Formats: sequence, C-alpha cells, structure tokens
Amino acid sequence: MLNKLPPLKESPSQTAGPYVHIGLTPSLERITEANVPDLGAGPVPGFGPRIIVAGRVFDGSAAPVSDAVVELWQADADGNHGNAFGRVACDGTGAYRFDTVKPGRVGGPDGKLMAPHLTLWIVARGINIGLHTRVYFEDEAEANETDFVLNRIMDVRRRKTLIAVRSDADGKTVYTFDIRLQGGDETVFFDI
Amino acid sequence: MAIQPFAGGEGGFYARDRAWHPPVASPAYKSTTLRAPRHALLSLGQTRSELTGPAFGHDILNPLDNDLIRNFSQDGSDAIGQRLVVYGQIMDENARPVPNTLVEFWQANAGGRYRHKREGYIAALDPNFGGCGRAITDADGYYHFRTIKPGAYPWPNGGNDWRPAHIHFSVFGHAFAQRLITQMYFEGDPMIWQDPIALSIPDRTAVEQLIARLDRHNTTPMDTLAYRFDIVLRGRRSTFFENRVEGN
Ligand SMILES: [Fe+3]
Repeated sequence: MLNKLPPLKESPSQTAGPYVHIGLTPSLERITEANVPDLGAGPVPGFGPRIIVAGRVFDGSAAPVSDAVVELWQADADGNHGNAFGRVACDGTGAYRFDTVKPGRVGGPDGKLMAPHLTLWIVARGINIGLHTRVYFEDEAEANETDFVLNRIMDVRRRKTLIAVRSDADGKTVYTFDIRLQGGDETVFFDI
Repeated sequence: MAIQPFAGGEGGFYARDRAWHPPVASPAYKSTTLRAPRHALLSLGQTRSELTGPAFGHDILNPLDNDLIRNFSQDGSDAIGQRLVVYGQIMDENARPVPNTLVEFWQANAGGRYRHKREGYIAALDPNFGGCGRAITDADGYYHFRTIKPGAYPWPNGGNDWRPAHIHFSVFGHAFAQRLITQMYFEGDPMIWQDPIALSIPDRTAVEQLIARLDRHNTTPMDTLAYRFDIVLRGRRSTFFENRVEGN
C-alpha cells in the first residue's frame, strides 16, 4: 500500500535574518513589555544530573557567528521527552550555553536504544532553513558505538563532529560542542 | 530506568521537499555563502527526538502579546502606521488544523526600522513600537494579531538591495520536525520580485505561498485593514498497521 501525496505543500522556510532577537530573545533588545520573559531562557527543566552544554558557532571562514539563535530539545534522564526546551542567542564571540540535564537513552527505530543525545536547531542570517544537529557525549563511548544515527554517518571521521568533549571544573560538568556551519570539520546536519 | 517504547518509522512526517524550500546556499543572498553547509544533509528518518516537541500554554502569554500597536506603548499612544489585523490558519500538509501551537512574529516599524542594536538604517524609531508579539492557535488552528504595516528597508547585500515589507514568523507545531521560521509578504507588492531572500525560494508558486491576501471581509471600518496569512507545517504519513504510533 502506498502513501498518497499530501494535499498541501509545507510553507517554504525563510531566513530568521539579523534581527531574529527581537522576536525570539527580546530582552537582548531591551524589549521588556511583549514576549517576556524570553522563551526557553534560564535552566532547562527536566529530571537528571545538571550539566552545562556550551560551545561556539563558526562560519566557513572560521569567523564566529555572533547573530545565531540555538534551540535545544531533549529527553530527561529517564528517556522521557517532557518539556526540556531551551533557547539562547549567541554572543559576540559566537558562544552559546545551556544549563540543562544529562539525557538518558531513548528507543530508536532499529529497536535498540539510541545513545544519550540532545537535538539542536540553529537559525541565523544567511541560514535559509533551520539546521538540525545532535550532541552526543564523549563519556558515552559504548552507547555511541551502537547508536542508530551515528552509525548512519558513513564517513567515520565526521562522527566526531557530533561528540561533545567533557570537562569538570568548580563542581560542574561541562560538555563543549562547537558547531561549524562549513569547512573541514563541518558539523553533520540532518534532513529529518 | 523506564524506557518509552518506540514503534518505528511508521507515522513519521513526509520528507521535506527540499526543492520547494530555498537551498542552503543562494548566491544572490550573500550571507549564505559562508553559512551554508557544503556536505549534503544526512537523511535521518525520524525518532522520538524529532517526533516530539515542546508545548506552550496560554499561561506564557502576556495580555498584549498579540497587539503590536500597543504592547510597547511608552506614553499610552498607539504605534504609528497603517493599522492591520493579520490572521490565518495553521494547518499541516494533510490540511488538518494545528491547534494550541505557539506562533511568534517580529517586524520593522512603519518606516522600515527595527528596534535592534545592530540596525543601520536611518529611518526613525517609533518610541511606541517594539516590533514583536506572539499567539497560540485556537482549536481550529487560527491565530491573529494587531500590528502596523512594516516599511520596506535597505540592507547591505548588493549595492542597493531593499527588502519588501514583511513580517517574520516562527512556528513550533507539535513535533521538533515541524519547527519552521518563515516570512510573510503583502499581496501586490512589486518589491517581492526583486528580493534576493524571497527569490532564494526557487519556485514562484512557493513564493506566492508566503504572500498574505488582503481580506476585505475582516477589515474593521475606520480602524484596521485585514490580511490573511495561512501557514502549512509538515504532515504525518498515515500508517497501515493497527498499532499506530501514538498521536498520529
Ligand atoms: Fe526583516
């Protein structure tokens, strides 16, 4: 049995543009009356050990992308997708930072558990359609080995672009995950 | 540890028609040159991480979030400009309404100037206009808000490029796979067809899907003109098994 074509076409995407902050992070533009507080600001709600996920976004010339907005969606430590949503604007150095929880494992389409991961979505001036990627964790090597998505990346060298590097300082666990829109270490982006 | 079962790929979303959307790189829109991935996007299929998404309730809305004419008013007076109601229905590709979903919008003022620290256009700021709002769709997928018509504005791209009047839209839908940012244009505006950003969409019919129609039936006499702007999000394939993925 075949799927029929749907009757409507999806509305085409357009860039979020350079002024995306007015709509998505208005406090940064001193708009304190509407759309407040900023959606997805502050610690991401969810059950599990608190972690920091942080990094920088770079363009094809290795220049920081200082006007991007990054959104986060993930499962909690039990593998449940509750409402763990975050949104941050990059700063002048292209840096973003989420205070969130370490996710657990979620069932994948191959019937096995996927490795713990976060979903990120990146929009900015010059990005015509939001870019989807995933953050995996360096200290989950065993789970990463069998992960359905990581194993679909045929060029094994590119898998490491999705692995966040762990460091521990001041009692906090920080996972560093840089995003390269283009270039030699271009991050793997997904057509989901 | 409790693990939610996952029923497999059935009932996922139709594949995105990448020929209908703008390509990642469009040379006439110069900012895409260094920001477009060069590798092909990796086809992922959809897992629970893509088939779920955040939900937002009316408790997040401020009373004037859907009234850009008043929601930044400093002295009690209205924003300057041609007064509009913008409304529309959010549907999926199967023509089913998308209820209870958050829509965010932002725009320039009537002179084409944004309230943004990196804005470089000399047009005047309107002290009573902030330029953002949001709404949650009703049971039939409808949203509406009150605003002023944004002005066209110049931007540094080619030597003399101007954006047509437009409103930026962000929509969540019910799954992260449906997440969409787009722009609304105005019926009859000749500037749409010289705009490198609108024309980054290859198909003219697809551009026309982003053009709001003047709606005389919903104007308010002596107050607001109305424009209707419908938005289509990705729709789910039907499944052919009795044990459907929940929510399909
Ligand atoms: Fe704009």
